[in-house]
Amino acid sequence: MELIRPGTRFDFIGKKKITVWISGIALLISLGSIFLHNGLRYGVDFAGGILLQIRFSQIVDISEVRHAMEAMGSKDAMVQKFGGENEFLIRIERGGEDLEKVSKEIQTSLQQRFKDKSLEIRRVEVVGPKVGKDLKKKALWAVSLSFVAILIYVAWRFKQISYGLGGIAALVHDIIITYGAISILNLEYSLPLMAVILTIIGFSINDTIVIFDRVREDVKKYRKENLETIFNTAINETLGRTILTSGTVMMVVLILFFFGGPVIHDFALTLIVGLISGTYSTIYVASPVVLFWNKYFTRKKKH
Amino acid sequence: MLKNLKWRLVIYVAVTVFAVLLFLPTLLPELPSWYFKIIPTEKVHLGLDLQGGMHLILEVEAEKAVESYVERIKNNLMDDLRDKGIPVGKLEREKSNQIVLEVSGDKAKWEKILSQRYSIMQELSSTALDKGIWKVVLVLDSRQAEQVRKSAVDQALETIRNRIDQFGVAEPEITLHGTDRILIQLPGIKDPQRAIDLIGRTALLEFKLVDEEGDLDEALKGNVPEGSIILYQRQVDPRTGGVKKIPFLLREKTLMTGEVLKDARVAIDTQFNEPYVALEFDDIGAKLFEQITGANVKRRLAIILDDNVYSAPVIQEKIAGGRAQITGRFDMKEAGDLAIVLRAGALPAPVKILEQRSVGPSLGQDSIRKGIIATLISAALVALFMIFYYRVSGMIADVALALNIILVMGVLAIFRATLTLPGIAGLVLSIGMAVDANVLIHERIKEELRWGKTIRAAIDEGYRRAFVTILDSNITTLIAALFLYQFGTGPVRGFAVTLCIGLLANIFTAVYITRWVFDFLTLKMNVKKLSI
Repeated sequence: MELIRPGTRFDFIGKKKITVWISGIALLISLGSIFLHNGLRYGVDFAGGILLQIRFSQIVDISEVRHAMEAMGSKDAMVQKFGGENEFLIRIERGGEDLEKVSKEIQTSLQQRFKDKSLEIRRVEVVGPKVGKDLKKKALWAVSLSFVAILIYVAWRFKQISYGLGGIAALVHDIIITYGAISILNLEYSLPLMAVILTIIGFSINDTIVIFDRVREDVKKYRKENLETIFNTAINETLGRTILTSGTVMMVVLILFFFGGPVIHDFALTLIVGLISGTYSTIYVASPVVLFWNKYFTRKKKH
Repeated sequence: MLKNLKWRLVIYVAVTVFAVLLFLPTLLPELPSWYFKIIPTEKVHLGLDLQGGMHLILEVEAEKAVESYVERIKNNLMDDLRDKGIPVGKLEREKSNQIVLEVSGDKAKWEKILSQRYSIMQELSSTALDKGIWKVVLVLDSRQAEQVRKSAVDQALETIRNRIDQFGVAEPEITLHGTDRILIQLPGIKDPQRAIDLIGRTALLEFKLVDEEGDLDEALKGNVPEGSIILYQRQVDPRTGGVKKIPFLLREKTLMTGEVLKDARVAIDTQFNEPYVALEFDDIGAKLFEQITGANVKRRLAIILDDNVYSAPVIQEKIAGGRAQITGRFDMKEAGDLAIVLRAGALPAPVKILEQRSVGPSLGQDSIRKGIIATLISAALVALFMIFYYRVSGMIADVALALNIILVMGVLAIFRATLTLPGIAGLVLSIGMAVDANVLIHERIKEELRWGKTIRAAIDEGYRRAFVTILDSNITTLIAALFLYQFGTGPVRGFAVTLCIGLLANIFTAVYITRWVFDFLTLKMNVKKLSI
């Protein structure tokens, strides 16, 4: 079977003047949304606080849970429906030292109030403010260092710094776009979403390397062509693979999105955005950066 | 080449069988015990987010251990100087590791005591005040302070381990996390709150005399006599649930601590039918207790746990035999937990709960069930798609994918790694890359065939070219994963572990094993037309 007929030549790189604008605007909207929302909406994992997931065996209206929380003096508690019927998430974002005690009090008082509705406390998370800060700091360090390592490795394997820079530019692009989507959709940034970001980093760099690799091969094959044409050829030659791989992964993520349950829902949604961005950025961020760098910063070899 | 083919088969089959054997206990719950003697494996451990249980991160406030260490030195110093008849004015601990001291009298004499007996306290400054009084500031040697901190953390870890052992939890995991944090994982625990109370309690047991001369009312107004302190007894009214706090004026000096305990058990008071905790001291403790009670007959001795007075009975006579009891309106559970913490010993420093996550068993099962359904559906679709698009070659790729998952599970089992939700994300990414590797190879072979190469040449060239790509993309991702493992915390690590294993398995299955099948088909079976 042939998805893409051999000899197909879409002029991908020729569209870069338009896509620079598209990327630029997408980045601006993403950063703008993050900025306007005053950063991401951090979940308990990062901001610190208390999260309770409770379920009743009988019908309970959300307002009853809200009243219960207000009655015990937790006015800052956010209550939302979660997943199935009669299941709720209660979230209290608060710093401070005695969270553990607060959580204990809430649990006992809920148990007492809903004694006849057989309340089940399914999940409790109490995270001190220090932990979230630590996690953010360490994750940032881990990602930054891995970027430096990727830059060095790619630059070494492809004998040019520009390829490393292109790969990293695409990664940064994808991360910003994904964070932008999280911000625009007003999703809560929690641990699973951090796992998504990590997954997108892996997927995006993989996609970029595959095309760079083809360019490396084609540079040797078509010595007389200019680099722009070679990039275009390489992207076209690997187009079948790009569609197949991205397509299968996307199919899996869509299944997760529809069947994975409420915990996976945000996870899958974010991943969809990241996958699209990751595939796009290889062609329209990583490649143009390499071309740009080679045009303006690399000394041409004299033949 | 054909002989080569045979040897490759032997190696690949051996690796596969071994991985299957490692993974088997996870699939089949009941295997004979001899199985585990031969195969060094266990079930793949599920993270607490998947199976339910409690996850705790505690911080040991090690500085408090330094504080009490310096406090003890201060008390000894006070006794020493008084014994030698050196007039002491002020003698106080400052910050956590300093002692400020005002002495007068023979300078050579007190300097000798300081330098000979208290060499771990270094002199920070000494200034002459008027009338021959010297103000000396001593600071605890930094190496010694570090030692105290470290042993406080180690001891806390050991104590908590003991407590949890006695509490009875299957497969607990208690490990040091960084320099001063303790990570505790208790799978399948039903009453998280009780476990927290048990683990987090300092359980410092102290015996102090009641200050009979001091005026309690005056002290409550703020005029606490020197050398005395006020502590409270909490009394809970069983009917109303109200808490009453009764103040006690006590001598500050601790006569005895829980360190000399040999055993603590729950016993029932036959008169009131109330449980109490019976203490038994070791030999040193028994002797000490005999001395203390002998020297203080008709006085009141307070039994204090974590700064709460439990009781303050009058000493009727000298008590030999090394036994005492803690009473105080417990229910059986409370008394039992108290006995556990006393037996396991006190924490050398208080601990602070930084993070607590508990997942009920039903929620864990829900996420597993949904995860498994979603995974099965997507795996089936991907597999069908590969066959639909690549025919026989697609089937070969599917075998490689299945093998990839088995290998990852086998490695997780042998390294006793834990599978968490972020870990599954890592696994999914590595499988996505495995699909990609197969696609890359197949597309390349098709391309080579189009250029008019023979089947053999197309396979050789296709694998050779695709291998470079697969290697570069996998190594790049592997580098990122290694950094995430090295510098990330819990969830980030879980992701990195499965990703790393998955990528390595990927190179093995997608490149080497499928290659063998293609070679076998073309060389041995003389297949002339590739179904790709």
